[in-house]
Amino acid sequence: MDYLIAVLTIAGISIIMALSFYLPFITGQISLAQAGFMAIGAYGSAICTVKFGIPYVPALVIGGIFAGIVGFILGIPALRIKGIYLLLLTLGFGEIVRVAGINIAYVGAAAGFPGIPYQKYSIVYAYAMVVILVIFFHRLRRSRVGRAFQAIGSDETAAEILGVNIVSAKLLAFSVGAVIAGIGGGIFAHYAEYIEPLMFDVMHGVEFIVFAIFGGIQIFWGPIFGALFLTLLPEFLRVIEHWRFELYGALLILMMIIRPQGVIGLDTVHALRKLFGKAVGRKGT
Amino acid sequence: MILQIRDVTKFFDGFCALNGVGIEVEKGRIHAVIGPNGAGKTTLFNLINGMYEVTRGEILFKGHSITDMKPHVRAKHGIGRTFQIVHLFDVMTVLENVMLGRHCKTKTGLLKTFFRFSTRELPEEKQTREIAMHWLEFVGLADKAAQVASSLPIGEQRCVEIARALALEPELLLLDEPAAGMNPKETMDLTSLISKVNEMGITVLLIEHNMELAMGISHVISVLNFGEKIAEGVPPEVQVNPDVIEAYLGRKK
Amino acid sequence: MLGATYSLVAIGYTLIFGVLGLLHFAHGEVLMAGAFMGLYIIVWSGLPLYITLPLAMVATGLLGIIIDFLAIKPLRKDFHLAPLLSTIGVTIILHNLAIKLFGGYGTRFPDAIQDIHFKVGSVFFTSINILILGVALLLMVVLYFIIKKTKIGKATRAVAESHLVAGLLGVNVDWIVLITFGIASALAGAAGVMIGITFHAISPYIGLTFALKGLVVMLLGGLGNVVGAMIGGVILGLAEVMSIALLPTEINLQDFFSFGIMILILIFKPTGLFGSRTAQK
Repeated sequence: MDYLIAVLTIAGISIIMALSFYLPFITGQISLAQAGFMAIGAYGSAICTVKFGIPYVPALVIGGIFAGIVGFILGIPALRIKGIYLLLLTLGFGEIVRVAGINIAYVGAAAGFPGIPYQKYSIVYAYAMVVILVIFFHRLRRSRVGRAFQAIGSDETAAEILGVNIVSAKLLAFSVGAVIAGIGGGIFAHYAEYIEPLMFDVMHGVEFIVFAIFGGIQIFWGPIFGALFLTLLPEFLRVIEHWRFELYGALLILMMIIRPQGVIGLDTVHALRKLFGKAVGRKGT
Repeated sequence: MILQIRDVTKFFDGFCALNGVGIEVEKGRIHAVIGPNGAGKTTLFNLINGMYEVTRGEILFKGHSITDMKPHVRAKHGIGRTFQIVHLFDVMTVLENVMLGRHCKTKTGLLKTFFRFSTRELPEEKQTREIAMHWLEFVGLADKAAQVASSLPIGEQRCVEIARALALEPELLLLDEPAAGMNPKETMDLTSLISKVNEMGITVLLIEHNMELAMGISHVISVLNFGEKIAEGVPPEVQVNPDVIEAYLGRKK
Repeated sequence: MLGATYSLVAIGYTLIFGVLGLLHFAHGEVLMAGAFMGLYIIVWSGLPLYITLPLAMVATGLLGIIIDFLAIKPLRKDFHLAPLLSTIGVTIILHNLAIKLFGGYGTRFPDAIQDIHFKVGSVFFTSINILILGVALLLMVVLYFIIKKTKIGKATRAVAESHLVAGLLGVNVDWIVLITFGIASALAGAAGVMIGITFHAISPYIGLTFALKGLVVMLLGGLGNVVGAMIGGVILGLAEVMSIALLPTEINLQDFFSFGIMILILIFKPTGLFGSRTAQK
């Protein structure tokens, strides 16, 4: 039972991280920096609880806000560049965070930051956050801002001549994505009781991308599915655990070849709706 | 004059795309810009839109200089546009595309979207949807509202793009070769659509290669060639202008 | 001297970017693989460097071709992010395989040549430096020659301009892409081996480090501009050497330096010092 809770907690945090990648992704910004923001949130909230005695939830929020501010600052140069270069920029940023973490003695440098107060109900908080995010993305989809995000991701030029302020929209998406990652980091820190820079390196950042891309990029349920599936899978197929990353890589390639939109797509959602509609006896939307 | 293009010059690195072009567009008219390929017509549109910056010159809209304004601000001021190659949002539905036209006329931000207790739809959202549907009906595509935009034939996609631009409540509508690739029936429908739009008081600036359409519907025509304006006037005048004929057909030996 | 290595890596990126419009994220890992392959060739065969280096290059080139065949060619053309993401997948696989095979820490790279130090004026040279510079220059010259003068070079440039038109003109685009991958990867392999020789040790993590440096150089030199890549590499190498000399601290600022440069370039001049291609794709 304990084991199940442990796995589910990690899965929950993974969902949060996958969604934190997904938000800027909608606007066409591929960010490898989420692991870096997670680190900022983790260290930030840990500093709050350990060094200042601030309670759990406010510490999470502060960590998140701090990550959001850094995200905003990083987001400004990020605006000028697209796709691949953004990937580089965020990659560079992630590395800078890691190197900084190794060198700053206040947070334990390379030895890590021990003694973070354990939050027994981390799983509750993690999934509470997931629920909040589900509501958030659901409302976003059918809203002016959400449409604008999708439009930017689809065709920036067209979006701009329709009056969408590309700069502020992309910055907003990027910053909020950072906040989400920061909160995820905070929850993680208080679950793991100990954090060190290596936990937030590039490979982990890539993990979140794989969750989201594999799960499905057309709708927010995709990253949720991807994170759940790919976190739980190694638990059920022990033999895979050792080859986890290779599997991720292979899955990514395979997905791009077979079904680039990911496992969960709009078609999946429609099919499910129809199915449920029949079951409930109502006309599907 | 709703739009004044004053002595506008545009250089791309060493290449001069537009050289000292001046055009005045009267409010409420249908004004066509024609010229052989490469004359600089789309470049002109891109400058009016704000997608490019002028190298020299000024552009005034409703009397104010918009030369330094970014594209999304110009949209807010009432300039709408369609493109030569359709720029719809492929993965979104037809209705969602048109709803985006309402973006600069609405103001629900992220906070309001998320932080509310009621699960019912926001009134502004409902209004946006209704207005979008209205414009879809206007172009005759209301029945395709729920379809994915990229699944429509090109002619209908163009109309969706027009509906989307109309949702912006533009005072000036820039149409870049709307009839390209259309068959005669579709062109006729398009012609009457443009007339209807104009009758509502919207000024239409039109790039067209289809001479019948351009000559038939416009009040004024400006002719560009190699980045310069070579003629301007009402259709009958332009048709017989020797410079225009030479531009299209070459000098008679 | 390290700058020359950077150049080699950057040329590889540039070639692939030019031909495919793709930023080959896994290129760094290919370099790393090349370094290890070189290492094992030397260890197992004991052959001298002037044989093992070309061997390593061929092996790495083959790896590159396999990557293209498995991960790039089969992709759907309609999703423009697919190739990038696919190469991320390749990176993950190669990186983690390497850690499994070779351990996460450094592996000693055998001394393939005698390490002689000598002084010219007040500057120190080592035989290693000379060798690397020589090899790198040789490869770059050969490559330049191939691109500018041979039929294949012309075909490659055609493909870089437009797949469609090149295809219509009778060029077998897939083939050219394959060959480009092969050459770019072979160059990376050479760079990898030379890195091993310079530092006397290699680890699976060099992939990422040099990937980034190579990308910075490519940006410096301008995208799609092979000559720019060559020059850019030297510039970065020199700049790094100067930064070490000018900033005396214990913190490893070298990496910061290249990231910093990259960020500056991306912000101020995305087309690079020599490039004219738009950086907007």
